[in-house]
Amino acid sequence: MAETLFHKVWNAHRVRTLASGQTQLFIGLHLVHEVTSPQAFDMLRQQGLPVAFPERTVATIDHIVPTSSQKRPFLDVMAEEMTVALERNCRDFGIRLYTPDTDEQGIVHVIGPQLGLTQPGLTIACGDSHTSTHGAFGAIAMGIGTSQVRDVLASQCLAVEPLKVRRIDVNGQLRPGVFAKDVILTIIRRLGVQGGVGYAYEYGGSALDRMSMDERMTICNMSIEGGARAGYVNPDDTTFAYLKGRQYVPKGDAFDKAVTWWRGMASDRNASYDDRVTLDAASIEPTVTWGINPGQAVGVSESIPADADPEALAYMGFTAKSPIRGTKIDVAFIGSCTNGRLSDIEEAARIVRGHKVAPHVKALMVPGSRAVAREAEKRGLHQVFIDAGFEWRGAGCSMCLAMNPDKLEGRQVCASSSNRNFKGRQGSPTGRTLLMSPAMVAAAAIAGEVVDVRTMLEAVPA
Amino acid sequence: MSPQAGPGEKITSVAGRGIPLHGNDIDTDRIMPARFLKVVSFEGLEHHLFEDDRKTNREQHPFSDIRYNEATVLVVNANFGCGSSREHAPQGLVRYGIRAIIGESFSEIFLGNSAVLGLPCFTADHESIEKLQALVEKSPDVTISANVETGAIAAGPLAFTASVPPALRDAFVSGQWDPTSMLLADFGAVREVAHRLPYVAGF
Repeated sequence: MAETLFHKVWNAHRVRTLASGQTQLFIGLHLVHEVTSPQAFDMLRQQGLPVAFPERTVATIDHIVPTSSQKRPFLDVMAEEMTVALERNCRDFGIRLYTPDTDEQGIVHVIGPQLGLTQPGLTIACGDSHTSTHGAFGAIAMGIGTSQVRDVLASQCLAVEPLKVRRIDVNGQLRPGVFAKDVILTIIRRLGVQGGVGYAYEYGGSALDRMSMDERMTICNMSIEGGARAGYVNPDDTTFAYLKGRQYVPKGDAFDKAVTWWRGMASDRNASYDDRVTLDAASIEPTVTWGINPGQAVGVSESIPADADPEALAYMGFTAKSPIRGTKIDVAFIGSCTNGRLSDIEEAARIVRGHKVAPHVKALMVPGSRAVAREAEKRGLHQVFIDAGFEWRGAGCSMCLAMNPDKLEGRQVCASSSNRNFKGRQGSPTGRTLLMSPAMVAAAAIAGEVVDVRTMLEAVPA
Repeated sequence: MSPQAGPGEKITSVAGRGIPLHGNDIDTDRIMPARFLKVVSFEGLEHHLFEDDRKTNREQHPFSDIRYNEATVLVVNANFGCGSSREHAPQGLVRYGIRAIIGESFSEIFLGNSAVLGLPCFTADHESIEKLQALVEKSPDVTISANVETGAIAAGPLAFTASVPPALRDAFVSGQWDPTSMLLADFGAVREVAHRLPYVAGF
């Protein structure tokens, strides 16, 4: 019978059906970070339980890491305490840990793929909702809470219920200046922030087929913003080419065998879906959020809707029917697990090169991992940003979520390549976030206001 | 405050005073702002529930309103608990004394995190929720009773049917809502699955 990748992966990892009717699902890779794990390790200690599969568990430190100076001990006492706690927990339970003084540290959803830990056909869990990112490789990857982190540590399993699968086809060619970020913002705008509750999103279509792994990760990353706990792309030659040679990927004959297994996990051509949605890639514009959830977005040439949510308008200080273009910004942030990868930095650099950040704008470029930073620096990209007046920072979650010194102040407006424009998300209870692609953030940083990046692309030879 | 149910305890019904919280898409950053996640334990999180919303809306936030001080049943609208997977959000609610949430809909991660803490989330239609919120606002001392098994909600003159997802309902009613021991009950089966997977066994 024709099956989807979701069902194949689910069935390969099903241990048994629990008395409650939930599935006991084996987790192939458990990623751990400092914020959602300390209480889980304490629960293990209280219950006298070991970690069942320490070799299938990998930890990093990302949320609380300062990006200006990463010298230990951190100036923030709590950040240091959380780091020390994770170091001790990983030592006590025999878990690999990438600390800020190792070459491979970075945002958990950036380093998993980069190290080749993230592979097709796996089930992946992490105490972080953006775990959906790893679905880009054809894995079923889900965010979990701390008690579930404890469960996975103790048993390598979760008690979960299967999801329905919605196939989302994006067909055709994206126009110049339109990126993966615009595609996922458009999908969320179309289907709503809770449209995906109960579903895994399977992304496909000719536009997705042509996308790089970085781009597919951006799309899968924000599945949760559309309410879908998991999102994935079927593995293909692009996936295998990305994985080949990475540290934790099988080598030689084993790689060829792995490719055969991975290919077999992809959805069958005639698989049936619980729902289907199709988008025309060419119709997608550079997209900007105007409100307080990621579904409240418009194309950059559009105006804020006439029927815009009054609560969102009041918080943002915007009025219905006014254009989003021309909105003054105070801060520009490029980074995060959504858009902190090398190709994001390259796209932003194309816009920034030869320009200066507007005098009133504070602009941050924060690589998603130390490896991304190294690679960008090798290509001289850091200098492009520094020359333009950006701050070139160390790797971490930075201004996406306000758990480190990078925060908005007062009612600042931030053009941000991150994933959430929730009230207070970037650290000021009255701060305002406009989500957009890294190239759009770069353009806004230079113009000092929201502009259509396509007008700047024409000035820059491709 | 009614004591928090301990692991293994059957949760068949919840009864108590209500607290109405209006608005769709209330995310976990609003329930528990990120700066309060800089902790290595969950203790004391109840003091920071909706802290920023309460500061910016001092007079009107229900969690600042003494009429709802004794509340154990939270009544919310659609997509409650969306966004970040932080368990700190339901941990704060449970530690505050919330024993059930009745709403139009919930994010899946929030629903799962709450279940593991013994906090049932009931789903009902928009009209019933609005009526219940209005009733609690008019009569804060009304007792809301919520039956996990049947989904029956009763409060003063109001009665309607809500639901808890079947697997979670059965888990609450049987006392098996904290899954660690169940997941470890047949560890041989876990090993078997692991060894069948080529990426564990070796390609």
